[in-house]
Amino acid sequence: MAMLEVEDLNVRFYTEDGVVKATNDLSYRVEAGERFGVVGESGAGKSVTSLALMRLIDEPGVIESGEIRFKGRNLLEMDEKEMRELRGNEIAMIFQDAETALNPSYTVGEQISEAIRYHLGLDEAAARERAIETLESVGIPSAAQRYSDYPHEFSGGMQQRVVIAIALSCDPDLIIADEPTTALDVTIEAQILELLEEIATEFDTAIQLITHDLGVVAEFCDRVMVMYAGHPVEMAPVEDVYYDPQHPYTVGLMSSIPRIGDDRDRLQTIPGRMPDLIEMPPGCNFHPRCPYAEESCTRVEPPLVDVETGEPADPINSDAQAAACLAHTGELSGELDYEVTVRGEDDPAVPGDAPSSAGVSDR
Amino acid sequence: MSGSEPLLRVEGLEKYYESESDFIDRLLGRQQNVKAVDGVSFEINEGETLGLVGESGCGKSSIGRSILRLREPTAGSVYFKGQDITTLSDSELRDLRKEMQIIFQNPQSSLNPRLTVNDIIGEALDIHGIESGVSRDARIKELLDRVGLNASHANRYPHEFSGGQLQRIGIARALAVDPDFIVCDEPVSALDVSVQAQILNLLEDLQDELGIAYLFIAHDLSVVEHIADEIAVMYLGKIAEIGSPEELFAPPQHPYTEALLSAIPEPDPLWEGDRILLEGSVPSPIDPPSGCKFHTRCPRVIPPADYDFEQSEWRAVMSLRHRTREADIAVETFDAGEAALMESLRDELDLPPTLSDPEAEEVVQEALRLVADEEFARAASLLEETFETPCSTDEPVLRETDAGRVACHLFDPAYESGPTRGTPTDDGSAAGSATSDD
Amino acid sequence: MSSETSQRTTERGRIRVSGFDVERVESRDPLSSWEPDLQSEAGRGRLEYAWQRFKRNRLALFGAATIVFMVLLAVFSRPISLPNGFPVLAGQTVQPFSLAPADPANQDVLTGYREPTLENLFSGTATGLYLFGADWAGRDILSRVMYGGRWSLSIGFIAVAMALLVGIPLGSIAGYYGGKVDEIIMRLVDLLYAFPFIVLAIAVIAVLGRGYWEMILALVVVGWLPYARIIRGEILSVKENEYVTAAKALGSRDRSIITRHILPNAMAPVIVQATLSIGTTVLVAAALGFIGLGLSPASAEWGVMLNVEQDAIARGRWWAGLFPGLAIFVFVMAINLVGDGVRDAFDPQGDQSDTDTGGLR
Repeated sequence: MAMLEVEDLNVRFYTEDGVVKATNDLSYRVEAGERFGVVGESGAGKSVTSLALMRLIDEPGVIESGEIRFKGRNLLEMDEKEMRELRGNEIAMIFQDAETALNPSYTVGEQISEAIRYHLGLDEAAARERAIETLESVGIPSAAQRYSDYPHEFSGGMQQRVVIAIALSCDPDLIIADEPTTALDVTIEAQILELLEEIATEFDTAIQLITHDLGVVAEFCDRVMVMYAGHPVEMAPVEDVYYDPQHPYTVGLMSSIPRIGDDRDRLQTIPGRMPDLIEMPPGCNFHPRCPYAEESCTRVEPPLVDVETGEPADPINSDAQAAACLAHTGELSGELDYEVTVRGEDDPAVPGDAPSSAGVSDR
Repeated sequence: MSGSEPLLRVEGLEKYYESESDFIDRLLGRQQNVKAVDGVSFEINEGETLGLVGESGCGKSSIGRSILRLREPTAGSVYFKGQDITTLSDSELRDLRKEMQIIFQNPQSSLNPRLTVNDIIGEALDIHGIESGVSRDARIKELLDRVGLNASHANRYPHEFSGGQLQRIGIARALAVDPDFIVCDEPVSALDVSVQAQILNLLEDLQDELGIAYLFIAHDLSVVEHIADEIAVMYLGKIAEIGSPEELFAPPQHPYTEALLSAIPEPDPLWEGDRILLEGSVPSPIDPPSGCKFHTRCPRVIPPADYDFEQSEWRAVMSLRHRTREADIAVETFDAGEAALMESLRDELDLPPTLSDPEAEEVVQEALRLVADEEFARAASLLEETFETPCSTDEPVLRETDAGRVACHLFDPAYESGPTRGTPTDDGSAAGSATSDD
Repeated sequence: MSSETSQRTTERGRIRVSGFDVERVESRDPLSSWEPDLQSEAGRGRLEYAWQRFKRNRLALFGAATIVFMVLLAVFSRPISLPNGFPVLAGQTVQPFSLAPADPANQDVLTGYREPTLENLFSGTATGLYLFGADWAGRDILSRVMYGGRWSLSIGFIAVAMALLVGIPLGSIAGYYGGKVDEIIMRLVDLLYAFPFIVLAIAVIAVLGRGYWEMILALVVVGWLPYARIIRGEILSVKENEYVTAAKALGSRDRSIITRHILPNAMAPVIVQATLSIGTTVLVAAALGFIGLGLSPASAEWGVMLNVEQDAIARGRWWAGLFPGLAIFVFVMAINLVGDGVRDAFDPQGDQSDTDTGGLR
């Protein structure tokens, strides 16, 4: 059993304009110590997923159905008190905007030791000591001195370190990092990613990283889930996603990013935009933007299947690459004729087997 | 236009802001300047793109706005088609607006929420009396069509569009006056990956068809590398390095460019490039470092010629020097005897137990003793005077190298006595360990 | 798996994905009837959305209806004739209706302090005469309250309108240009704020004398201050928006930037404040009337009516004070309901209920 198992999660927002289907039959797992990436563009339902894990979805949002099992216990059946004990203690969260995640009227030390006192029941002095240790472990110099500084006295990168320190303070088993580096400059981003990587190894903490940045995912994650319009469209170990994407949306994403050292004149990008989650296209939600779409794509909503067998995927128990595209169920008459080439490699960087999907070839 | 004169030539551009101050401060003349742009020169040719990269606060946006005189430059000249626009009167400037335009980062806040798309684009036409009546509507439709929007949406309001569509409207507004030059101020950084690519493609198509030159401001090197013909890397209001993408990246010369490039996460899980982690964050532009502005974070500062340092030792001494200047060493947290204190200080600062150069060792010990007595100012001046490096005393200027122009003493023959380029791995690990100490 | 065959590398940009052919999507006919539609129906501006939300707010609608009712009562209480010197229709009656049962100035000593009883409704000849009783001079209070709305209400609306006319331009100039102009205007605002209002009002009325326009002037002297402050603050934030910079980059003139781009986006809080302060202005006017600084004692302005009858109320003739007081109360309440409605209409985020279920049912 994995540490975190999410099964058939459906979150809906009942707004004035209609029902927003934020996640649809979402299933995945995160193993202890694993680094799991959730990728997608804005409006794909990534953040809702993480808020659902913390049970922090506000009106008019509702977790309609599904199970979230954390260490075997279903979070959706816990009462508010149990949930409060879990939050920050066993599951912690890191936000995109460190500046607003910190309360400006308390010192950073107080904010860290508050969580420690509440969850670990330490007295003031012990909590303080532990808070300073945590600050040190996230690379804040002169931690004892900075303990009594207020958030505005820290730079953006240092504030994000403080937020990470708060998340780390109770030694959680799972950290949900929602776009933790998006608001930071690239040199600071490198520092923070390095820090997260160290933490993950040192404390054996699992990290669910939510981001839109494909570079960050490649660098940081072991396994990746790609989301589109509230659906998981592809789930695979990180190398497969980059070297052998099996869903047209993933392919489109990969070909839209400008890469350094790549001399293409034009980026091949995905036309149009993501549908709003209220009124979605029939069948495969991606078909209006997909170059490989056929008539059948408008009728059948493709299930998430194992790309090799074509059988329904089991994202909770299996590591196999899975994608939600009719090309893998045999219902698509054409082929996904894209190519992934890797410069400077004689051998094909290619999967050899993925017979149905296929168009992947070497140069 | 003559063949030699570029479309836009910026010379010694400076933009200082007054730091926040109240009435009393102003009365007493207690005013500090923030040197957002501190003497920047570059050229842009017709139909070409100059990419301007740098971290937040490096002054790249101020350059864009000063060129258009949306903010008055403090000093320097901007020649557009050979004419110095910093001396133009208001009405002359208004005519110039037809030739120079700007696109913004945030598509939501760059369009007036109370006007329809028709009004937004039409405003440009009305101000300059370009079209009116039926031909005005036709022109608006044509512009919308040009940027890939459905012309029938002209009567809608901005809040009804998505971010990418709004950015297209912003581009249409800039195109309405048929400019020769557009400042693109982070036009894609608020957009999603696929939409970002759409907008980049659109900008490139427009350049091909209409011959527009761009000043493309961004913090993302990979985007700039894709779109620019020439790239200028900025640090604290100055250009650190300028050159074509090939010159700049193969391999980068200025240590800052090198660090910036190495920090970009590569979308390739098997990529294992070396990360050069820079220490700390960008210093405040109110009181920028002396000499080379990057020397406080630079992993390759030139060591003083009189002493014999290893690069990692020198780096640690630089860090000690920097932290004494900021008085950023918490001495009271080490409650122990002097020997133990010395040891823990050295440990905290990543200084080896003894330096390889005995003379240098003596100075460092003296400085540490001063630190232990919390005499930070004296320690700082001691270190500064003894270990003098050209990086902290002389300001580097942009000079021609075999690949682009670089403002770094490492590439100045006058400082040849300094170390040669260290191997990237050495630098990387030295700097990396300095950052991630805990 | 590919990882076995690919080597680890330090080279950037190795992976290239090709064949994701956008042309195919753009050139083919849509596969389904689904269209990437815009987020709402065509061409509705934010003002229209605000109006939609306002219409759904029942309390605010009730307040608005009450105000309209009181205004109608005031207008149709007695006929209105234009003065003889008026350029058009001089001396003619433009509003012939007369809802008030009696002339509000009609004195009748015999009926002084007649109690309000329902019997009056049936005994009298005119409908509703003395329904609210009579004052010391035997004037019908119902008629006076209806007719007095002309003074009280118009003072509220006109004083606020004039205060806006002063406050908005001054605040806009201060906010947009900043620097010395800003300093001068805002210090003037501070200065006037520092004076107790009553002292200012007494000063104005002492110089100009009592009267309708004098009173409005006294109210405007201080009434413009909050608008100037609010609009200045709003403009300071609105002018940071990039569409203002864009307009400058297009060569718009300052006047056009302020009126077209800044003011419309800065007005919402001012409108809310102005609506709410119609009520307080009516209250202040009544208070001035009550302490004898308002209109002439013979007028039917609600505050003045209260002032004149101070003693009477103490002597148990409650009706003489109750009805004008009630009129003030109802009007101010109604205005506040409308003001809150306007605020909610402009700021829909304000009324979200927060239940702590964490998304569970």
